[in-house]
Amino acid sequence: MNEPAAEQVREEVRAWLAEHWDPDLSLTEWRRRLVSSGWGCPTWPAEWFGKGFSEALGEVVQAEFRRAGAVGVASSGVRMLAAATLLEHGSEAQKAALLPRILTGEDTWCQLFSEPGSGSDLAGLTTRAQLDGDTWIVNGQKVWTTSAHHAQYGMLLARTDWDVPKHRGLSFFVLEIEQPGVEVRPLRQMNGHASFNEVFMTDARVPRDMLVGKQGGGWQVALTTLAHERRQADGMRNWGRAERGEGRVYRELREEQARVMEPYKWYPQRAGRVDLILPVARTSGRLADPVVRQEIGRALMLERASQWTARRARAARELGQPPGPEGSLGKLAASVVARAAARAHAAAAGPDALLAGPDAPAEGMVAEVLLSVPAISIAGGTDQIQRNIIAERVLGLPKEPRDDVDVPFRDVRRNPSSV
Amino acid sequence: MSQLGFSDEQRQFRDFVARFFREQSPVTRARESMSSEAGYDPELWRRLGGELGLTGVHVPEAYGGQGFGAVELGIVLEEMGRVVYCGPYFGSAVLATYALLEGATAAQQERWLPPLAAADIIGSLALAEPGGGWEAGIVQASARKSAGRWRLEGTKSYVLDGRTADLFIIAAREPGSAGPQAVSLFAVQAGAPGLEVEPLQTVDATRPLSRLRLSGVDAELLGEPGAAEPVLRRVLDRAAVALASEMVGGAQALLDSAVSYAKLRVQFGRLIGSFQAIKHKCADMLLAVELAKSAAYGAAEAAAREASVDELREAAALAKALGAEAFLQAAADTIQIHGGSGFTWENDTHLYFKRARGSEVLLGTPAAFRDRFVEYVSAREVAHE
Repeated sequence: MNEPAAEQVREEVRAWLAEHWDPDLSLTEWRRRLVSSGWGCPTWPAEWFGKGFSEALGEVVQAEFRRAGAVGVASSGVRMLAAATLLEHGSEAQKAALLPRILTGEDTWCQLFSEPGSGSDLAGLTTRAQLDGDTWIVNGQKVWTTSAHHAQYGMLLARTDWDVPKHRGLSFFVLEIEQPGVEVRPLRQMNGHASFNEVFMTDARVPRDMLVGKQGGGWQVALTTLAHERRQADGMRNWGRAERGEGRVYRELREEQARVMEPYKWYPQRAGRVDLILPVARTSGRLADPVVRQEIGRALMLERASQWTARRARAARELGQPPGPEGSLGKLAASVVARAAARAHAAAAGPDALLAGPDAPAEGMVAEVLLSVPAISIAGGTDQIQRNIIAERVLGLPKEPRDDVDVPFRDVRRNPSSV
Repeated sequence: MSQLGFSDEQRQFRDFVARFFREQSPVTRARESMSSEAGYDPELWRRLGGELGLTGVHVPEAYGGQGFGAVELGIVLEEMGRVVYCGPYFGSAVLATYALLEGATAAQQERWLPPLAAADIIGSLALAEPGGGWEAGIVQASARKSAGRWRLEGTKSYVLDGRTADLFIIAAREPGSAGPQAVSLFAVQAGAPGLEVEPLQTVDATRPLSRLRLSGVDAELLGEPGAAEPVLRRVLDRAAVALASEMVGGAQALLDSAVSYAKLRVQFGRLIGSFQAIKHKCADMLLAVELAKSAAYGAAEAAAREASVDELREAAALAKALGAEAFLQAAADTIQIHGGSGFTWENDTHLYFKRARGSEVLLGTPAAFRDRFVEYVSAREVAHE
């Protein structure tokens, strides 16, 4: 199929917005228009709430939305990971039932992957799902679950077969959170925030038609989710941007953002807050100290080069050139930048780096940076796992021999706490 | 305008240049050149000029060049860096050529740029002095005017290709003056009376350096008197960008070598590339190399579009510091991954290691550029407030 020209699309979307965009609609009402017209997700397939456009044409549409100040579909939090996963692996019925409410923002989603006994080794998870008639019965515990306390649905990865090798015994489900068998407890982190949850499942129930993909095919489905998670991680630094504008849509959008984004409010600090380094150093009077300047220089340079690397990847995409290694490095680069930023902040703050809260530099932000940065090297795939992935997939180095893949999961060594 | 992307033409140009150096100037050629009498391969050098036009890739067509810009120059240097090309390109086509482009009168440019662009002559910029670096402020050599002639006195050091250069561009100051002002650039031809060239022993044998002793050397003033400081800034920023390109080429070649060795070498019954200790080193190397490439490409774009002085100096400092660090990291890690064989003369890695050590210091250390980068970024932030 030939793609329409950018100019034609631009005119079409302009005309559509002129006719339909109305800031006095309710947020849900407006987004239903986006969903039914396909303009909300132009790069999605035309039969599933999109237009089947390329990334480049999607940009054209987005630019027109920005120009008109029009609000887009709900895209924050974990929901887009769920959407991408369902688009690729969901049944027709699942897509029809679940996708629209993801895009309108009516449903919030969470990701039930990690467990106390399996973090990096996700495929070693031990939450159990057993079929009982037409219902899967789920038992086990998940952890690091953002937004579980106000989510309607969870993407659940559970073990359905213990007698096959670990990756082949997993299945992917859509779990309703609001049910008696699911208990959500906040998890307090070392930086004092509690943006994650523990989720306990005790005979929780999943209807049989909420299995995504094939029984035993859950790992393939989860890989789609994880691929999108890695891609999204780079964008986290910009989250929490306030929307301006008058009208009901904007008001409700701001409320939604405040609610959905609450767990992410420390993420900029986790990424190092490079923007605060020079102001902190000026205030403390340490900008002239050559030792401090070296630390600052390292952080500023890494940040700049990391931005340019992301731009390079984008430029190659836009020019239709094959992706180079620069596109796979974002997450590891973000860790390196964050750690350099933390060192620079500590150097720039001087003895005030002892302090936290309102007594500390930048209204406590420096302290929060120092206590949040360790998370960036763990969340969404540790630096060590990232290096393995880069070494194996980008550089083509051989995989490490393993003794947990060709044997039934039942016989694999596990953590003492995991059943 | 492409932001950190290469056009199809530029990609074709890179393929062409890469193939030329891979086939005509593999690392064995650098080994031969560095131990030869001339210290470079005159035949290959002439081909870079006349046949390929690479020595004048960034020189305007009016002066016999190709009329391209800093991005194409960066591509040439990156591909040279991959093979540790041993010849006067950086000293002549980059430093000396930029000095003439930025600081000479039209008549002087007409006289010297065509032979430089054609690689008919070799040029060399003599700025640094013993113990002093690449900035106008350190210049102590003096230029005295008497009876309408300029006479130079003093000592220049770390002069690239001193032994083989035909034309020296020498920075000297008004006698008794101090600071970066009152410094001018002069042209001196090789063999001029009172000019003594002493070759220096260098860590990197592929980049020969000399000391120049100037005893009343007859010199021609380039451009205006006392105007060298801003000229040198522009020259050195552009040269830093070019050197960064060369460094990322070298770093990429090292990474390739380390990775292919890790896919061949067996220890403890396994390919060593399957050990995480090796994998993680390689992944870190890739990250450093890609960040440095982004910096070099972004800086070359800034130089090519004649960005503001502030923007270019910032980008140049970034590219030079990150390029040097990535190159050194890649060189040290590649030796480590090769193990004992990586420390032998026979293994090519040491040629890159030495080039990395030299390039780290040439034009200024990463620490100096980091310091400047902070100064520039901070000044821009304050100005915007």
